[in-house]
Parts: sequence; C-alpha cells; structure tokens
Amino acid sequence: MENAINQIITNYGGRPDRLMDMLIAIQEQFGYISRGAILTLSNELGLSQVDVEQTISFYHFLSTKPRGKYAIYLNNSVVAYMFGRQAIKEAFEKETGITFGQVTPDGLIGLFDTACIGMNDQEPAAIINNKVFTRLTPYRVKEIVQYMRKGLSLDELVNESYGDGKNQHPFLKAMVSSNIRRKGMVLSDQYTMGKVIKEILPKMSPEGVIAEIKHSHIRGRGGAGFPTGFKWEFCRRAKGQKHYVVCNADEGEPGTFKDRVILTEKPELVFEGMAVAGYAIGGDEGILYLRYEYRYMKDYLEWVLQNMREQNLLGENIGGIEGFNFDIRIQFGAGAYVCGEESALLESLEGKRGEPRDKPPFPVEKGYLGQPTIINNVETFATAVRIIENGGEWFTQFGTEDSTGTKILSISGDCMFPGVYEVNWGFNVEDMLNMVGAYDVQAVQVGGPSGTLIAPNEFHRTLGYSDLSTGGSMIIFNKQRNLLKDVVLNFMEFFIDESCGSCSTCRNMPQVLRNKLLKILKGKGVRKDLDDLQAWAKVLQPSRCGLGQTAANPIVSSLKNFRHLYENLLQKDLDFDEGFDLVAAVQDSCNYVGRVPKFHH
Amino acid sequence: MSKPVIATTSLAGCFGCHMSILDIDERILQLIELVEFNKSPVDDIKTFTKPVDIGIIEGGCCNSENVEVLRSFRKNCKILISLGECAIMGGLPALRNGIPIQECLHEAYLNGPTVQLNTEKILPNDDELPMLLDKVYPCHEIVKIDYFLPGCPPRADLIWDALVALITGDPMKLPYETIKFD
Repeated sequence: MENAINQIITNYGGRPDRLMDMLIAIQEQFGYISRGAILTLSNELGLSQVDVEQTISFYHFLSTKPRGKYAIYLNNSVVAYMFGRQAIKEAFEKETGITFGQVTPDGLIGLFDTACIGMNDQEPAAIINNKVFTRLTPYRVKEIVQYMRKGLSLDELVNESYGDGKNQHPFLKAMVSSNIRRKGMVLSDQYTMGKVIKEILPKMSPEGVIAEIKHSHIRGRGGAGFPTGFKWEFCRRAKGQKHYVVCNADEGEPGTFKDRVILTEKPELVFEGMAVAGYAIGGDEGILYLRYEYRYMKDYLEWVLQNMREQNLLGENIGGIEGFNFDIRIQFGAGAYVCGEESALLESLEGKRGEPRDKPPFPVEKGYLGQPTIINNVETFATAVRIIENGGEWFTQFGTEDSTGTKILSISGDCMFPGVYEVNWGFNVEDMLNMVGAYDVQAVQVGGPSGTLIAPNEFHRTLGYSDLSTGGSMIIFNKQRNLLKDVVLNFMEFFIDESCGSCSTCRNMPQVLRNKLLKILKGKGVRKDLDDLQAWAKVLQPSRCGLGQTAANPIVSSLKNFRHLYENLLQKDLDFDEGFDLVAAVQDSCNYVGRVPKFHH
Repeated sequence: MSKPVIATTSLAGCFGCHMSILDIDERILQLIELVEFNKSPVDDIKTFTKPVDIGIIEGGCCNSENVEVLRSFRKNCKILISLGECAIMGGLPALRNGIPIQECLHEAYLNGPTVQLNTEKILPNDDELPMLLDKVYPCHEIVKIDYFLPGCPPRADLIWDALVALITGDPMKLPYETIKFD
C-alpha cells in the first residue's frame, strides 16, 4: 500500500498544494485514507499529520474509515424529499440491514447522506462510487442492492437508458438528463468551437478583449454579480509571477444544476471562454475546479480538453497567435458547499481546508498560490465567448439596463417540466411559473437556501441584480407543501452541516435558530420566539463569507413573507415557554441506573 | 412601604457566587437595613414563607431537584436574576453536555480512576436522590429570567449595584469594564 501511495504522491509532483488530488486518489483506490497513508503523506510532503488530517476531516467525501466497496451517497435536498427520498432511504436501509452513516459488517455497502448533488430535476438521486443514479424508486433500490451482493461491476448496476444529449457520449454514459427546455445565446446551437480563438482573438489586443467585456456590462453569473470586465482588468494590472484563470464549477447551492448542463452540453464553450480570459489577463494556466459530485464527467471533460489541444485551441501559440499559451487542468473538490466561495475555493485548490480567506487582498491581487487570479462561474466564461464573438454592444440588447444578457435558470420542485431554461434578465416570476407549468404555487425559493422565499404577492417581481438576484436556483413549492417543516428546516440543517466553523457566529447561530424553529414546530413557541429569531439572525452579519452572512435567510425571508405560518403555531395564551420537558430530560439517566422517575407536583 | 424581600439559592453551582454576595463586606449591614431575606442559605430559611420581590439564582440545572427549586423561585419571586456563569450558560458543570449521561455515570461511579470503594458496582438509584437531567441547562431554558449578572463569580460591586438599582428603581451603571471579559 505504501508503494501505491508513493506513486500517487509522485503523480502530483510531490507538491503539498496538490494534497486534495492525492487524498481523492487514495480515497478512490482504497475506499478510505488510513493512518499509514496519513503518515506517508505528511512525511513525503513535509506537512504535519494534523495538516493532512484537518484537510481530510473538512470534506465529506474523504474518510479515515472504510466507506464500503460500494459507497452510496443519497441526496438529502428539499426536492429529493418532495419526490420520495424518505421511501428510498427506507428501502436502502431495509435491503442492506444498516442505517445511514453505517457500512455493512462485510464491508460491502456504505450508506451516507449528502447535500444537493445537482440533480434536482431528476430526484431522488444518489451517487454510487462516482456514478450518478437518478429517479430512484424502492424497487430499483432493491435491485441495485441485489446486484451489489452478486458482485456486479458498477456498469452492470445500470439497467436504465442513458440520458439525453451528450450524456450518451461514450466517455460519459450517464443516466443523467440535461433537460434543456429553453435555449438562448449560451445554450444556442450556433456556437462553433474555436471560432473566437482562431478568427477573432488574432485581431484583438488583450486590452481590447477587456474593453469589449466591460462594454457588455456582464456581471458574474455565480450569484454575487461582480462586473466581469473590471475583475479581468484588475487582474491584468496586478503584478505577479504568473496569472491564473480559475473556473468555479463548485455548483453547490441546493437547487442549481445549470453548470452541470453547460459542462455536459457545451464544455468547449466554457474552456474557450477560459482561454479568452487567459488571453485577456495574460495568464497561461487555467484550472476547472469541479465539484466532486460531478466526478462522473472527468473522462469526458479530459477528452474534450485533449480534443481542443489537438485542434490548437489549447496548448502553445494557440489559434496561431504567437506567444498565446494556455492550457487547462481539472481539479476536484471533495464535498463542501463553502468551497463555492472564491477564496475558500482557492484554499481548497491549494490542498487545504476550504475556509474563506480574509479580504482584502482579493483574489485578483493575491489568489491561487498568492498570484493574481480571476475566478469566474462556468456560465460567465461561456457567455464571454458569445460577447467576444458578437461584440459588447450586441450583448446589451438582451436583458435589462443593469442586468444585461441572459441567465440560465435551474428550475425544480412542483412543476410539470423541471430543467434548465435560458431567459433574458428581466423575466418575471409569474411568466417563469407559467413557462414551466407550475400551478397552485404557494412559494418560490429564488437563489437557493441563501436566497429568498417569495409569496404569490411578489410574483410580479423580475429577475435581475437590482430586484431578484439569483445564481440560477429556482425551487417551486405548491400549496400542499409544509414550508416551515419541510423547507425552512431542511435549509437550516444544510447551513449547519456546511458551515466551515471558522466564525463563531456561523458555527453557532444557525443551530440556535434551528432549535427555536423546532420548538415552534413542536407547538411550544411563543410570540417572543419570533422576535428573537428576527433579532438574533442579525448576529450572523459580521461572518467572514457569504455562507455565514446568508445562513439565516431561510428563517428571515420566511418570517417576512410567511409570518402567518409561524403565528398559527404559537401558543396564544402564554408569553413564556422554553419548551423544557422534565420527564424527557430525566428519562435516560433513570433508565440507566434502573429507577422509575417520580415527580412531585 | 415594607422592605423589599430577597431570596437566593445555589443550584448546580459552587457557592462561589454566594461568596461574592458576602464579599460586599460591611455593606451587608447596610443591605440588611434595606432588604429582608427570605429563603436563602444566607439565613438558612428553607422554604418560602411570604411573597418575594427579588430571587437570585446561582448555578444551572443538572437534576430534577434544581428544576423544582428554580420553578418554585419563579412562582414565589416577582423578579428573577441569573447570577454568574453557571446560571447563565451552564458553566463548568455543562462540560458534561455532549457526553451521553450513561458514559458520565459509568465514569463517575464504575470506571473512573478515583473509584475504589464501589466494589458492588452500584449506580446511585435511590428514590430519595434527585434524578439527573440529560444535560446541564442554563436557568433561562427552564423558566423566564428577568436579569443576568455575568461573571465567575460576578464581582461583589456588580451585585451590590444591581440590587441597589433594582430597589431604588434607578438605572444601573454599566461602565465598559463591567461587560468586557477578555
């Protein structure tokens, strides 16, 4: 085993900043990361054991205990529950005889929960040894477990047909569906790979590219909405030994899956966009930081990159431009929502825990390995190609004044046609619901758990940076859904799980708020609890990153827009009830010492 | 007007907060002029004999008796004060929170390095004993608490100032030093 680990270390040049890649490789090869492996890594890389251990413990796909020959990760997002996740969970537990979080005694099967895997339009879904199984049913679960017991290979576990579009590609062979329901400039079929690099870039200076991007007024598509042209310009001007282009494909916001679809159907467009950015900022290295949930795309994307190299769209003197060298490699996360935050992403890229950095300095000045770095969303890079192809002026005719261009939405939940829709900014929620066939709608979660939960009286609002800003996640809930119990509580649990724990505000307050919500749901709430929720949520504001700052949003926005749901659950005649239950609190100790609880009243 | 009535108790605490009450030194004579003590370890009155104005609680709740005493304080006192770290946050006793109660009992009575005499491996289970709670609770998670005086223990001056403010109705002076703890 030590040889194998040394080989893995050599494969990544013995570089401590590639620790993540090494850990992932070890996890995949052995099913866990042993004590011995940790020792070897720390010795060979010159890291302390704690450095290695703290990185492992940060990511939920890495483990120091065996996860089973077949490690099953079942998505626990809101939409998974809406489409029968509970029955799937029970079926897995029944068939395997273990509960979630355990591995069968023979080491064959492990069952684990995992946060949204980007398959909200085809739930319930699970990842088994990097392969995604969508639209699970209890019968299918029974079959899969039987196949595993027979020792079938991963490919043999699949008896579904492959998904639509490129999911059928020989290097992908995924049962995932792209479900593109509406195309705009990014998802358009009119794109010709390499046209921009070969025909347009040779006539443009890097400054010209930046000017064109600025003129388009495109803003970041990941959610934060920073003007892309300025980001590129700041980075180009920043001094460093090397400039880096990083594509953020850590699509972790529950309910969003459009980056998965773009990377499946138009990967060349994204990579070409990264090359354009490299040309603009003067960088020769690009990194696609891809979430581990999309590991199944690895071979396919590597094939696309190789194909582009062969066509002189990556590599040296690309597009025939003397001195324009640019190549891209793929690096994976290992299951951590917070790594979608750009500075946490950089930490992760450097092989560390994905804890956000203090800012400034911003990544454009000191990013990857301390060098000037731009980090843009998948969709931003893809869009940039269309801007350079058609001009910034052309781009501004789409969308609204402050939100130009199109936005690709990931729409899921209670609607007839969940999937990916590319619309012009300025689209309103009412039209969106009619577009996807959503009826009897109670609420829409705009922008995922960190966004806003809106009620029908706000459906006239429009999508855009100045009104309803969104990275693309849209989850629809009909009138049968219990918003507080099934939605808000799930979102709070999500933030509690995903907090990196660095700021005490974010480490603690979401739990305090969740506990209050549970108390209210148990019928033990009083009016003061609502005041507390509102007041205490503000404590999260000084957190270092967006995760902490938005971690109370599920409660704050539901309290604002659906206050009656909370009020209906309150005890009207009491002004104080902490919900303490003496009988329950003494139960365990009395059982253990063998006495019957007695109470004096 | 009759003198305001005060009651105090120590729940899951170390009596350090009560020591701090006594630490007001000679002002205790002044205090006795100003107030009357009812149920309290200070005068050893065991049960409430009349309605009380101010109840002072030291310690959190680790067992059923603590809960009963605290509830009786809430019932008999107009104003309740959580005095000190343990009453407010659970304090040192709350270090056991997060460890299953079974493990705590096992360590304390069966397997701990200082356990020598329990040859029959008995876990205390007499009906006369208070029942242990699953964890140590701060007082405000059991009953409504009106005021919190932080510290471990809170300084005597802070306790004095708080009582004077409550009795006179004047606002309490809270200079920066009294709420800064690092």
